[in-house]
Amino acid sequence: MEDIEAIALLQDPIRRRLYDYVAAQDHEVSRNEAAESAGIQRTLAAFHLDKLVDAGLLETASRRLSGRTGPGAGRPAKLYRRSGAERQFSVPPRDYRTPADLLAEVAEAARLDTEVHAAARREGRAAGAAAPVDGLDAAKALLTARGYEPRLDGDQEAMRLANCPFHVLSERHPVLVCGMNLALLEGLLEGAQGLRARMDPRPGMCCVVVEISKNNVS
Amino acid sequence: MTGHHLAQLNVGTLKFPLDDVRADGFTAMLDTLNEVADHAPGFIWRLVDDDGTDATAIRTSLGDDVLVNMSVWESRDALWDYVYRSGHLDVLRRRAEWFVPPKAPFQVMWWIPAGHIPTVEEAVERLELLRDKGSTPCAFGFKDSFQPADAASAPWRPAAGTVRT
Repeated sequence: MEDIEAIALLQDPIRRRLYDYVAAQDHEVSRNEAAESAGIQRTLAAFHLDKLVDAGLLETASRRLSGRTGPGAGRPAKLYRRSGAERQFSVPPRDYRTPADLLAEVAEAARLDTEVHAAARREGRAAGAAAPVDGLDAAKALLTARGYEPRLDGDQEAMRLANCPFHVLSERHPVLVCGMNLALLEGLLEGAQGLRARMDPRPGMCCVVVEISKNNVS
Repeated sequence: MTGHHLAQLNVGTLKFPLDDVRADGFTAMLDTLNEVADHAPGFIWRLVDDDGTDATAIRTSLGDDVLVNMSVWESRDALWDYVYRSGHLDVLRRRAEWFVPPKAPFQVMWWIPAGHIPTVEEAVERLELLRDKGSTPCAFGFKDSFQPADAASAPWRPAAGTVRT
């Protein structure tokens, strides 16, 4: 399926709700849970979820939810999670990834780490000054708008960033791009009282965590 | 045990002597980094000097100011996750503070039969092979995807022997 066809599937409001719900969870989602979140019947949810799988927007896993095994444990439930595949479409056609990859490769080979990080910090600082971040909600909205998918830790002491907006580049040039990402976020949050971006890489997530000091943030 | 493990060597030229106060930021993190490595999924072995904690005292034919770091991993992904998806990434981010920018490849990896530990002399030979010939199944980098079978048919063999553990 072409990218534009896959993206167009999300125009349907039910599919969009289901997709957004599954993408926002930190666990794989059952048909029942997805149906409930969208306020629709399970069979209708299953139909749309499978359409999203066919388009490569979601992927499936099977697991027995009961925790029982062996005969009589029941059929494994079909579970859904967001797929790692990227879909992009631009009119007119544009390709920013090829030059970004080339430039990153050269900058890394020339060891321009410090220069790239400084430029990212300036960029973040300028954007932060234009739209100051006052408080946790504003920071969450800003990070959401930039594609980081922030999630508050259970104890509300940190925001984990579930998505890396620079994913492909960060896999190809981790030192340069993750350092750039941290500097950008440090710049953006410089004026935000009680919030601090720190590098804390974990497999499958953005390399940065935003720490919250409770005394200073509303 | 699977058939093969991945060995890696990386080297760096410090800007200052290891006991210089300007290298403190680096030396202060060494123990933590090594501990993270020792407990990382897929970690098999790392080179240590006679003190038994790290490899900072080991010198090779690469020069007296060149630090070496050598380890063995179950897979390429296990090594990648340690290097780029653990606290190690933050040290790499700050490498310009402590290390001279390299003029040649500074990291090399290659497949070894599981259970064998290569010598540091062999590792240096592999790095020199990479510097000399570019990526091959016998000496490559993260951007390459050579498999153990690729090296089996390669004519190159290290002069330094492999030590059985």
